[in-house]
Amino acid sequence: MHIVVCAKMVPDTTQVSIDPVTNTLVREGVPFITNPFDDHAIEEALRIKDAYGARVTVLSMGPAPAETVLRKAIALGADAGLLLSDRAFGGSDTLATSKVLSVAIAKLSDQERVDLIVCGKQTIDGDTAQVGPGIATRLGYAQVTLVDKVLDVDLDTRRITVRAKFDNRHQVVEARLPAVITVVREINTPRYPTVPRRLYAEEVQIQVWTNEMLKLDPNTIGLKGSPTWVKRIFAPEREKGEIVMGLGKEKEKAVRLIMQKLADWKVLGP
Amino acid sequence: MSVVESVLFALAFLGSLFFFLRRVFRLFAIMLLGKAEPRFDHLPDRLKSLLLFGFGQKRVIEEPFGVNHFFLFWGFILLQLMVNSEFIIAGIFPKFSLRFLGDILYPIITFTGDVTSLVVLLVVIIAAFRRLFFKPPHVERTLEAFFILILVGLLMIANFGLHIASIVPGQGREEYVPISQILAIPFAGRGTELSWQIAHRVFWWLHAVVLLVFLVYIPYSKHLHILTALVNCFFRRFAFVRALPPMTFKQGERFGVSRVTQFTWKDLLDFFSCTECGRCADACPATSTGKVLNPKEVILAGKANLLRNGSAILAAREGDTIAGTDNRTLVSLPLIANTHETSVSPQAIWDCTTCGACVEKCPVFIEQFPKLLAMRRHLVMESADFPPELITFFQNIEQRSNPYGIAPVDRARWAADLDVPLISEQPNAEYLFYIGCVASFTSRMKSVMTAIIEALRKASISYAILGKEEQCCGDPLRRLGNEYVFDKLARGNVALFKKYGVKKMLTLCPHCYSTFKHDYKDFGARFEVIHHTELLSALLKAGKLQPANGLQHERIVFHDSCYLGRYNDVYEEPRAIIRQATGSSPLEMEKRRRESFCCGAGGGRMWMEESTGTRINADRTRQALRQDPTVIATCCPYCLTMFEDGIKDEKTEGKVRVLDVSEILGGSFTQKTD
Repeated sequence: MHIVVCAKMVPDTTQVSIDPVTNTLVREGVPFITNPFDDHAIEEALRIKDAYGARVTVLSMGPAPAETVLRKAIALGADAGLLLSDRAFGGSDTLATSKVLSVAIAKLSDQERVDLIVCGKQTIDGDTAQVGPGIATRLGYAQVTLVDKVLDVDLDTRRITVRAKFDNRHQVVEARLPAVITVVREINTPRYPTVPRRLYAEEVQIQVWTNEMLKLDPNTIGLKGSPTWVKRIFAPEREKGEIVMGLGKEKEKAVRLIMQKLADWKVLGP
Repeated sequence: MSVVESVLFALAFLGSLFFFLRRVFRLFAIMLLGKAEPRFDHLPDRLKSLLLFGFGQKRVIEEPFGVNHFFLFWGFILLQLMVNSEFIIAGIFPKFSLRFLGDILYPIITFTGDVTSLVVLLVVIIAAFRRLFFKPPHVERTLEAFFILILVGLLMIANFGLHIASIVPGQGREEYVPISQILAIPFAGRGTELSWQIAHRVFWWLHAVVLLVFLVYIPYSKHLHILTALVNCFFRRFAFVRALPPMTFKQGERFGVSRVTQFTWKDLLDFFSCTECGRCADACPATSTGKVLNPKEVILAGKANLLRNGSAILAAREGDTIAGTDNRTLVSLPLIANTHETSVSPQAIWDCTTCGACVEKCPVFIEQFPKLLAMRRHLVMESADFPPELITFFQNIEQRSNPYGIAPVDRARWAADLDVPLISEQPNAEYLFYIGCVASFTSRMKSVMTAIIEALRKASISYAILGKEEQCCGDPLRRLGNEYVFDKLARGNVALFKKYGVKKMLTLCPHCYSTFKHDYKDFGARFEVIHHTELLSALLKAGKLQPANGLQHERIVFHDSCYLGRYNDVYEEPRAIIRQATGSSPLEMEKRRRESFCCGAGGGRMWMEESTGTRINADRTRQALRQDPTVIATCCPYCLTMFEDGIKDEKTEGKVRVLDVSEILGGSFTQKTD
């Protein structure tokens, strides 16, 4: 079985602030990390590998430093990393990104048939959750999003059974392989890398594919191939809250007061 | 004594000696399976420690009952010299006697032997009574212990019997053996000469057999320590053992200990030196709160594992050789496993707070907890097998350089309204004030920081902080066995300190203090490290700070932090501050100074769940409350946190305050300005 995991290098958004004047992200000095959802995707691929045996290739599109994401994945147990890096890819939105990734995966599949693609549900910088489904649609693979449990992988019948998580329910889905699954954080707890693996990952050669390899029309990828335009980035303003104090143990009075306030703010109906 | 007897004894003696020596040789070969470790420096000091701690039994007699051992030890030595040497030689060559030493020396020797035999007999009886009827919890009633007491007792009885059997029929007049003579009085005039002759032979052979059994038994039992403990005192570590040496991170290296032969030869000698006295277990905060860890059991498991695996390795060699090119992967019995007796359980390995009480207590300088650290290294770095809560902890430190996972940009938030200078703005400041993670990110520490900064201002000390640039010191990483990440962190920190030309560092936390002061030396750190209690007490002494006596009515009990006390011998400074601020010495707990009891947070335990046994901090809080204090004084943010939690659990919150000594000083300042 060949599993491809898509992982992205993202700024640690919990450390990002928004410049109040220019309304752009202040990225100075902010470290880059593996998109946290992708950490879970990598872990789930490794767990499938542990349980059923598989080769795990981690794929990332981004500038040269994004290879650290791949090295970290290899340190955890992934077999190989592949970096898609080309100026022509820069500025891609989700449409263009899924195009580059799916073409790369198709090319990978020519070398060694890809059976399963695991993606994080979304990234913490874009939060669109569109790339995973985009890849599946372009490749014509089955797709299950929001997976919180992989129940079974049957290589004989080439089927995967997973559980998807919704607000108030779960859905158990069986899909044909090859398939794309996108995972939520609850699916697992990522493992910790051992030092021998880390040392191996520090030195291992990471394969890089440029657009020379993929031969995509430059007008369909990167900024030119991205119909999404970011109009403005801003921090949503939040009005200052109010702390109601001095009610002590008068529970009923407190509840009545809060109900009244919620009604005034039209949060509750009349 | 007949020729037949002499030949029989000679054969028995040579046979016993053969088994004894073969065993000792094999144990020595097993010890050499350990990795190299330099312990041949400071030879004059080593000799001194052999005399003081070995022959002088200095640490043994620190416990009252140790005096019993002192007599047993010296009795044993004297009897070998005065009685047994003559006995054995005369057993083979019946004509031999020490009489040739003359009319003065010989009676002295026989007198010493006689008195010593009585002392040893009494000591053995006392020891047996203690073990039977007044057993402290850390001493165990093992068969082995009684067997050896009986052997020694029998040896003394046989010795007296031998004398009595000569005295009654009127022989042995050159000997001056008053005890035996007194013991012989009731038998005077009884029995025939022949019956006394028979009795003499019976006692002689009893003495002979017991002696030879003892000889062979020594290297097969815990009494191996008779041979190894002195050696272990000789090869002891002079400074308190604070950490394991750094490692080389190269592919193909091993990272930590999972097989017993990955220890150093000194670790293996430690295993052979344990006498099972149990003092380490008695001092261990994990053992005394009912956790899995028992440092004595760790050493015994190490010994059992080593004997089993070591014997297998030796058996695979061709012939008895002292060293060989062995396939050490032959080691089949795992060192880390949940099977008892020959392995150490992971839970025990994680239970340790690295407080060092075990090492400080051991009468023969066994280093217990560093072995757990070596095994932690294996579990973390080679197996990634550790309690789940540590994953987030490790990731937080690695990604954000603090245990909380808070963004590094927020590190100096506490200082926002305190007007604290940054080293980037004041590179010539005398002290780099290193705040540490707990004080940087927890609101409780704000008043401690305020107190220290106010004191620094009043004393016109030039200092600056790193602000956002400050990283974790790496203490918990190192204690938890994550040397790989610690290594990177330490190198980064040293580069940062070099960039600012740091010459003096002031720390708030004893863990940062000890780590920078000692651990960082191996990473190229060359600066002086001062704990805040050291600086504040020096400033008080120099008259640069004048506290008013505003706290005379407080009952302040002081708790020694392990990393300031045992790790660095700083005991007086915090007490001096309390004395200056309150006008009187702090109240003292029973376990204090060198024998202080951990708060439960050291060794990375601050960041772990405490799910086995009872809580260490609760135990220590109760110890403090026994002094009926109004204030529990600490000098460590970990201890402070642990006591505040303890106070809440003991429902004494509000009645007893937990304060850093700097706050006590600060309290007296405010009283003055009021």
